[in-house]
Amino acid sequence: MPKPILELKDINTYYGMIHAVKGINMEISKGEIVALIGSNGAGKSTTLNTIAGLLKPKKGQIIYDGKDLSHSSAAEIVKMGICLSPEGREVFPDLSVQDNLKLGAFTRKDRAMIQRDYDKVYSLFPRLYERKVQVAKTLSGGEQQMLAIGRALMSDPKVLLLDEPSLGLSPNLVMLIFDLIKDIKKLGVTILLVEQNAKMALKTADRAYVLETGRITLEGTGKQLLTDDNVRKAYLGNI
Amino acid sequence: MILQQVFDGLTLGIVYALIAVGYSLVFGVLRLVNFAHGATYAFGAHIAMVVVVSTNFGLFWAIIISVIMTGLMTMFMDRIALRPLRAKKSKGISALITTIGCSYIIQNALMIVFGSRSKWFPKIFDYGNFQIGNVLVKSTQVGIITVSVVLLLLLTFIVQKTKIGLAMRAVQQNAKAASLMGIDVNRVISFTFFLGGASAAVAGSLISGYYQIVNPQMGFIAGLKAFSAAVLGGIGILHGAVFGGLVVGLAESFAAFYIGGGYRDAVAFIILIVVLIFRPNGLFGKKVIEKV
Ligand SMILES: Nc1ncnc2c1ncn2[C@@H]1O[C@H](COP(=O)(O)OP(=O)(O)OP(=O)(O)O)[C@@H](O)[C@H]1O
Ligand SMILES: [Mg+2]
Repeated sequence: MPKPILELKDINTYYGMIHAVKGINMEISKGEIVALIGSNGAGKSTTLNTIAGLLKPKKGQIIYDGKDLSHSSAAEIVKMGICLSPEGREVFPDLSVQDNLKLGAFTRKDRAMIQRDYDKVYSLFPRLYERKVQVAKTLSGGEQQMLAIGRALMSDPKVLLLDEPSLGLSPNLVMLIFDLIKDIKKLGVTILLVEQNAKMALKTADRAYVLETGRITLEGTGKQLLTDDNVRKAYLGNI
Repeated sequence: MILQQVFDGLTLGIVYALIAVGYSLVFGVLRLVNFAHGATYAFGAHIAMVVVVSTNFGLFWAIIISVIMTGLMTMFMDRIALRPLRAKKSKGISALITTIGCSYIIQNALMIVFGSRSKWFPKIFDYGNFQIGNVLVKSTQVGIITVSVVLLLLLTFIVQKTKIGLAMRAVQQNAKAASLMGIDVNRVISFTFFLGGASAAVAGSLISGYYQIVNPQMGFIAGLKAFSAAVLGGIGILHGAVFGGLVVGLAESFAAFYIGGGYRDAVAFIILIVVLIFRPNGLFGKKVIEKV
């Protein structure tokens, strides 16, 4: 296996006294889609928020590109090339689509490259282009999700963290979002994907981890986990 | 006669507007009423005064120096007193009480350094008076209005058109998402405090130049009136604060003339109470503040 671009070593994250993530280890190689699945409250969002610097791990290391990120601020982490599209979209409600995207590129200075990335995002999401000047709160849920992903892409990330991108979307939009995730991978972006929709996530991912009450209980390729009996029972509705 | 009250009221009102936007800017990014803003205004006036009387820089440079020092003072206040509260995610009421505390610390510091008596301040834009129709126009008033309007336009430009302004609006709407964009939220807050302090310093200097007097307590009532102006317009909304300031200034001018000088301070609050009964979020306020 190639050297991982992102590595979590014994990460422990707390909310006050609540021990939400209990010593997890993960390795993500360059160019992969890795899925993190698990039931509600398992600690998936906590893991992503810890990587993104919104939460500080009490113990453990996050190694990215050879550097330990566990003490860096969220802003520094974005600059280094890791960007999170958070659960629940969290777009800027009173700003236009364009201003939301502009904020995605906040840390960047290279105008020509930023312009190239606007074009890239608008070609991935033509719907956003049509709604450039519309304020974000008037977009549909699916469009807001596209905006959240597009905004994250505007930071030109090496690693994209996606927290439940298909949440609350109709089945055909879910398909569309997962297709887009594969398109984003083709652009060379490494993706860590958290999903409730375990079936789609495992089909899309190269590899996956299963998280249960703060601990990794299983890992393997997407295919392996899709056929694993325990996973089928717990997350795939025994199909 | 009415036109005279309108003109005098607008002069006062535009300065209230300048103070009110300081409340609005800080409220926008922090959802916090900065009760030290009135004392900041007094601080700005005193710095300008002391530079004028102790150096030969002249009033213009005195105000520039005051703007910088007052802006830095408010940044410092945020850094040592408010940021630790944010880091601990303490309740909004703690920060509110802290700003009241800071207000007294600033005011008492002014009293210790400058004494509590009123002091002379040079007249600003002193180029005589002229008559337009039957309105007496003082050059001082024209200068005050011009400077205030330019500054309000500048603040609007910063918030609406610059990169840091975009960051301010982002923090205002969703601080967590803003930090995910790589925005250093604390730096944006510092900058916002600087703008608030700087505009209060200009307002304090203009009003002191109008009445030719400074006093450590001068910020108390001016601060409350500007705060009510900001709430009147819808706090957090810049043009609302400007409109509120003008309403308060005009009301005060009319009340002083038609009812008597004793009521001039009360009338701003009477208007505020009446407006809030009908429009609880202020004249330009939206129904609910979206907070994600
Ligand atoms: N802000 C918080 N304060 C206290 N506890 C929290 C907080 N956020 C999450 N938790 C707790 O931490 C645990 C993990 O939560 P997390 O949000 O990471 O779960 P999740 O796997 O993302 O779940 P879901 O699929 O529902 O989004 C849960 O038990 C939750 O109650
Ligand atoms: Mg979650």
